[in-house]
Amino acid sequence: MPTTEAQILDWLQAVTDPEIPTISLVDLGVIREVRLEEDGGVYVRLTPTFAGCPAMDYMRRDVETTLKAHGIPRVTTEISLRDPWTSDMVTDRGREGLRRHGLATPPKLNGGLLDLDILEYAECPRCHTTNTELRTPFGATLCRAVHYCNDCRQIFEQFKPI
Amino acid sequence: MDPKLDLLYRLADDQLILGHRNSEWNGLGPILEEDIAFSSMAQDKLGHSLQLYMLLHELGEAEPDTVAFTRNTPQFHCCQLTELPIGEYDFSLIRHFLFDHAELLRFEALADSSYEPLALVARKVKGELKYHVLHANTWVKRLGTATEEAITRMQAALEFTLPYALGIFETTEAEPEIISSGLFIGEMELQRRWEESISKVLAQTALTLPDLRLLTPVSGGRYGQHTEHLQPLLDEMAEVFRLDPTADW
Repeated sequence: MPTTEAQILDWLQAVTDPEIPTISLVDLGVIREVRLEEDGGVYVRLTPTFAGCPAMDYMRRDVETTLKAHGIPRVTTEISLRDPWTSDMVTDRGREGLRRHGLATPPKLNGGLLDLDILEYAECPRCHTTNTELRTPFGATLCRAVHYCNDCRQIFEQFKPI
Repeated sequence: MDPKLDLLYRLADDQLILGHRNSEWNGLGPILEEDIAFSSMAQDKLGHSLQLYMLLHELGEAEPDTVAFTRNTPQFHCCQLTELPIGEYDFSLIRHFLFDHAELLRFEALADSSYEPLALVARKVKGELKYHVLHANTWVKRLGTATEEAITRMQAALEFTLPYALGIFETTEAEPEIISSGLFIGEMELQRRWEESISKVLAQTALTLPDLRLLTPVSGGRYGQHTEHLQPLLDEMAEVFRLDPTADW
């Protein structure tokens, strides 16, 4: 059976974020394009969530290893800012994956500008209240902010909207 | 110098050097959140400098690591504001506030640059810089309306730092061509927007913005003239690379 782009995207579901094992790079929106080449090779275009993300080399390597394990003879990867990442690119399945990892999801921007007020009132991933406050826009990684839940009185992290 | 190279070196060197300075707060922040914030902003800025050094490489300059780690003081084009030691937290916070307001406005304008590869980088970077400005504004407002000691220290830091901050907008011979070719709106227009932007925040505090026209900008950085603080920073930053350029760390 000839390989299709849909098949490749399916295989890539196994490649997860190096720091969040419950979300695939496809659902995170980091894989922007998959293309079958005439010679049977595959081209994959990735974009970083944050420009300084130190995990890009790992992501690139994991994509190449996974596709080669499925018998793709030649895998070309490119990291590009042509189609820059926004948090709206996270799919519904991806948002579910973030929640399973205990992270609050970024609010939808719907193409609008990031209004910093929306950083307040993130939904607590434990008790689902929005009675929360932003502690600091910088967390354990570049893509996470730290909030405090006034109801369960716990700190929680949010995947940042951008 | 070619206007594109001239502009890119100034942008990239500012990011690299201030990024390195911010990283010096790692482990020393006054509270844990600030330790993390300055370390995260350091990582962002190094990422931004890498994107800009990659554009320089595409234009025929050396590899990013070579450019970052093998030049000495006179070959750097950062403004002197970025190279000053971190000092006390009040100084680092005010520097961050003054620099990142200019930086956000700069990259918002660069998103419309006629040089498309730079516009692409700017569209990415400007979203991230919003978080830097949010962070700076939060703390300037908090400390600028706090105790008498906090306000006195923040005011002193503001007055010390402003002449250096005006050096951000120092122009080079390439400026007329940078503007006429649509690469960038130019430093004078940027400074006008910056003054408006910082004034709005300071107006919500007990801090007073001095009359900027009475200050003498600290310039020279764009032409490779630097304080005695830059070379030790470069030596430390490049220590591993100079021992073994192929090392992974």
